[in-house]
Amino acid sequence: MRLRMPFGRRKELPSHLWTQCPDCGEMLFNKQLVRNMNVCTKCDHHFKLGARERIELLVDKGSFVEHDAALRSADPLGFVDSKPYPQRIEAARVKGGANDAVITGTATIGGAPTEVAVMDFEFIGGSMGSVVGEKITRAAERALAAHSSLVIVSSSGGARMQEGALALMQMAKIVAALGRLADAGLPYVSVLTDPTTGGVLASYGSLGDVVLAEPKALIGFSGARVTDQTIGERLPAGFQRSEFVLAHGFVDQVVPRAQLRDRIAFFLASLRPSAGDARWSL
Amino acid sequence: MSMTDRLLRGVTLRPRSPAEGNGEVPANGYLIVDAAELGTRVSAWEAVKLARELHRPHALDVIERVFSRFQELHGDRSFRDDPAVVGGIAELDGRSVVVVAQQKGASTEENIQRNFGMPHPEGYRKGIRLYRLAERFHLPLVTLIDTPGAYPGPEAEERGQAEAIARSIETMTRLRTPIVAIVLGEGGSGGALALGVADVVLALENAIYSVISPEGCAAILWRSASEAERAAKALKLAGPDLLELGIVDGLIPEPKGGAHHDHDATAASIKAALVPQLDRLSRLGPAELLAARYERFRRMGVVVEPATEPPAPKRPWWKRMLGR
Repeated sequence: MRLRMPFGRRKELPSHLWTQCPDCGEMLFNKQLVRNMNVCTKCDHHFKLGARERIELLVDKGSFVEHDAALRSADPLGFVDSKPYPQRIEAARVKGGANDAVITGTATIGGAPTEVAVMDFEFIGGSMGSVVGEKITRAAERALAAHSSLVIVSSSGGARMQEGALALMQMAKIVAALGRLADAGLPYVSVLTDPTTGGVLASYGSLGDVVLAEPKALIGFSGARVTDQTIGERLPAGFQRSEFVLAHGFVDQVVPRAQLRDRIAFFLASLRPSAGDARWSL
Repeated sequence: MSMTDRLLRGVTLRPRSPAEGNGEVPANGYLIVDAAELGTRVSAWEAVKLARELHRPHALDVIERVFSRFQELHGDRSFRDDPAVVGGIAELDGRSVVVVAQQKGASTEENIQRNFGMPHPEGYRKGIRLYRLAERFHLPLVTLIDTPGAYPGPEAEERGQAEAIARSIETMTRLRTPIVAIVLGEGGSGGALALGVADVVLALENAIYSVISPEGCAAILWRSASEAERAAKALKLAGPDLLELGIVDGLIPEPKGGAHHDHDATAASIKAALVPQLDRLSRLGPAELLAARYERFRRMGVVVEPATEPPAPKRPWWKRMLGR
């Protein structure tokens, strides 16, 4: 029996052993890369992280209990482009092993009980359709019922075209649930990772009580193609990066991956919900 | 297979009939609440062209005909006044209302001045200010949606386009006053939804509402903007589709040939649809209103949920040993 790495992104790597950093060109030994949380040891480039790997890094060991894992997309529009939407879903499921672009569950971070939703860019560009909307809304409603808190790690190109306006409406659905958390005085920490754009940033991504971003992540409203098509020019270099968004006042901190767990733990501990106020409990 | 069948097939999550809307839209002569009532449907691409028709009645054309004594209020109080969003206080059948709308132009010059109806962040922030005004004085809010989308340029990114839209949506989900949204022409993605979180969402018969423009969708999925016609059909963005999907609660009939043929008749049709909705909503208290609004959006979306979750796969022995 061949030993396998318990996690790792071997499939997208050019070699099983080495990965070239797209930023500095350094050849990185995969084992070392994984040990360094998929961050380049030379230039601190943050590689994209799958949802399960992210959860491993973020929550207290062994505390994660997944919910709604079986939820799957339907095909409300009967959408066909180069292939039918159900086939696209199936292909993404086989590739990544998840049923849709977000994994949700209950966990503790630094001992604080919280609901966690982590998006996976590998699944159709992390796009938000009905399943993402439903799972995140349920996570928010669970946080409300348990009087705990919510952490969402976004990584998404935006709403999922193949579900049309129904995908768009997920923005309102999730934001409405976040509003109830806010009314109940329960904290919501939003973590933006590479990339977070479109309808995800224009809804729950931007609305955290605290909004954190990973270094040099692409964070912006409109994709390059839309901007190009609409105004006929490209956005200047460095636009839509974490540091730019920080400078313009739309995220609170840019946090390196290695410090993310402790930082979230700090915010969850300091924004602890006031005890005893159960007016909004379901 | 009809769309309704498709919607209900294999779906265990809150099956709903398309005309259900928010449950209470009355079926009267002024509002089409069942797509079957429509005799002939225009094609999706035809609807896109009608919705974008240069001489279609735009927000101010509608406001001046539907409302009386409209007084425009300008500015977001922090940056500037965005001409792509107009808003103010007006009267409708003797009651005061707050109106917020996206404004396109009817000529190239006017469109340049209005930025083709594409708001900047300050436009949405002006909207938020006026929503709050409506709430504070218990005035119903009417929003008119007509935009290709939020402006995607560098200034908009710098000033937080995404945050402005998100905040606008958030404000509307919790606003303690009745809201009716009407899609007049183009409902372009998040930029439209920022005005679209309402107790009742109506659309003119030939209006469209979409997650992405057909051109944008075609550019991404077919790698060619010229496939827009196909994309428009696939996106199910025309009025009857929206009704069947439950995105809108009712369609407002347009004059023969489209709204651009008769602004007065279109406005009369809008007014006839709007007044009964405001009458009905004004009888509800804030708690009822907010609960129904939450539910309206809560049940959007179609997912498949197996009755029993399959047991989690057993972790390999070495993972258990390692405590992963």
